Amino acid sequence: MLRYALRRIAGIVPTLLVIITVSFFVVRLAPGGPFDQEQTLGPQVRANLDRAYGLDRPIAFQYWRYLHGLAHGDFGPSFKQHDFTVAELISQGLPVSGSLGLTAVLLAILIGIPLGVAAAVWRQTTVDYGITSLVVLGMALPGFVTGPVLALVFGVYLQWLPVAGWEEGAPRYFVLPAVTLALPVIAYVARLTRASLLDVFRANFIRTARARGLGPWRILWGHALRPALLPVVSYLGPATAFVMTGSLVVETVFGLPGTGRYLVQGAINRDYTLVMGMVIVYGTLVLLLNLIADLVYGWLDPRVRHE
Amino acid sequence: MNEVALSDIRRSRGLWSDAAARITRNRVAVVAASVILLLAVLALSGPVFSPYTYDALDWQHLAAAPFTTSHWLGTDRLGRDLLVRTLCGVRISLLISLVATAISLAIGVTWGAVAGYVGGRTDELMMRFVDVLYSLPYLFIVIILTTVFSRGSLPVLFCAIGAVGWLTTARIVRGQTLALKRREFIEAAHAGGLGTAAILLRHIIPNLIGPVVVYATLTIPQMILFESFLSFLGLGVQEPLASLGSLINDGTQEMQSAPWMLLVPAGFLVVLLMCFNVVGDALRDALDPRDR
Repeated sequence: MLRYALRRIAGIVPTLLVIITVSFFVVRLAPGGPFDQEQTLGPQVRANLDRAYGLDRPIAFQYWRYLHGLAHGDFGPSFKQHDFTVAELISQGLPVSGSLGLTAVLLAILIGIPLGVAAAVWRQTTVDYGITSLVVLGMALPGFVTGPVLALVFGVYLQWLPVAGWEEGAPRYFVLPAVTLALPVIAYVARLTRASLLDVFRANFIRTARARGLGPWRILWGHALRPALLPVVSYLGPATAFVMTGSLVVETVFGLPGTGRYLVQGAINRDYTLVMGMVIVYGTLVLLLNLIADLVYGWLDPRVRHE
Repeated sequence: MNEVALSDIRRSRGLWSDAAARITRNRVAVVAASVILLLAVLALSGPVFSPYTYDALDWQHLAAAPFTTSHWLGTDRLGRDLLVRTLCGVRISLLISLVATAISLAIGVTWGAVAGYVGGRTDELMMRFVDVLYSLPYLFIVIILTTVFSRGSLPVLFCAIGAVGWLTTARIVRGQTLALKRREFIEAAHAGGLGTAAILLRHIIPNLIGPVVVYATLTIPQMILFESFLSFLGLGVQEPLASLGSLINDGTQEMQSAPWMLLVPAGFLVVLLMCFNVVGDALRDALDPRDR
């Protein structure tokens, strides 16, 4: 297990380097600089700006310095939001985005798995058909459709919840964004659980359990559920990645001050260092979460480790 | 089932006639395909026949509700006809997704076929590259690309979206190629003195069309979604042009006073996505003999 873990951890280092290198060079070698829009800049001011941000040095040196800074948690200054470093902006936004994403994944597990189990247990009944069609709908609808529609229904018409906005420590502002973010994940978890549970029900050891006279619920809890949840566990890695990209939309729709919105605004304002920093943070998180999901999977299912 | 099987024996049982028979029996898929066709025709012809254009302002009817004025589905806050704008959005979404799918297919099929057929170290290197790209959060790469190059330029959008879609195609194609490579007719072509490039072009790639077509129809809705996603965030198609994503974003801003601005484009997008998914699934069932 330890060797497997170490091998997997070593595997993400080159990928991370690729992310950093690609984003660095794409940004630097592209036509146009970060100060191009400010047309009134005189050549002297321009040169000073370039010097202040280190843009006058050779690109190889800039790359080395950027890597060096990253290793010390320094993402450089934001090009557009003066007085802020990228690290400050990220650490402001991360708690909001993190708790939003975590809530969404928890909701997906707590709602998705029971739905999938119900659909599998009562398969080919009204329950199953109802859940399955909800699942299809949930997976097909993107967050930028469900989010505004939910806000319209619960915020504008019913006025149960705020349409958008954010207040420190007020869970009311959290409900709609978290639900919007969770919906597709709930649907996917439910589908996965249903399919894999149906698979497990066909296995020999379930037939044996049935032959021993165990009731259906004993079989479900004691035998079928654990192996059936393996695919769900391995989906949690991609799910968190999905939730992170989804939070770009959800934070924009509901006006939450999270990292996703910074990333979008950075991209619109062409704030190069901010976008690069965000991409690197998000990339690292996605890789790490995938890794954790794989390690948990390996721990649950010993067959994986020996491949 | 029996009648079809008999008639299939009388006809020569080609993959395509077989698949066509099975597709037309799937009523839902036929309806979905007709809806897509209808939407495409509407998107192409509707704006031509409408008295309004997508960027014409109608000062008499600002933010008019649907069915109240001569604008069938209402107008936005600048008095632009929502139906025409939505149809233009459908047109752009379809255009971008088709071109992006074509780009990703071209790269993916070439990449996968070469890797699978040549094999050995080349294969390992090429697929390793795909693996690394797979683990990148590609959305962020696309965001970097759209940050760096001018926002809203259609070619950049095509390439950015197309370039991320080819990975899965490459994997599927490689797998199919590996299976094809061992077949006798390839061996015969090889023995007949045909070069690698000629075998790939004349024998391998034509035989890959089935799975590739299936995957392509399932790729199109993803591409539509992806384009709308970028446009929604303001990183895709720019004003005064409209895509479904940017229209939904406009609608979100105005939804308290003019909810139709959100609901009309959102409805079109959802219908389009659902139909493509249904058709893609039906095609997969029809062309994939394993599922029968």
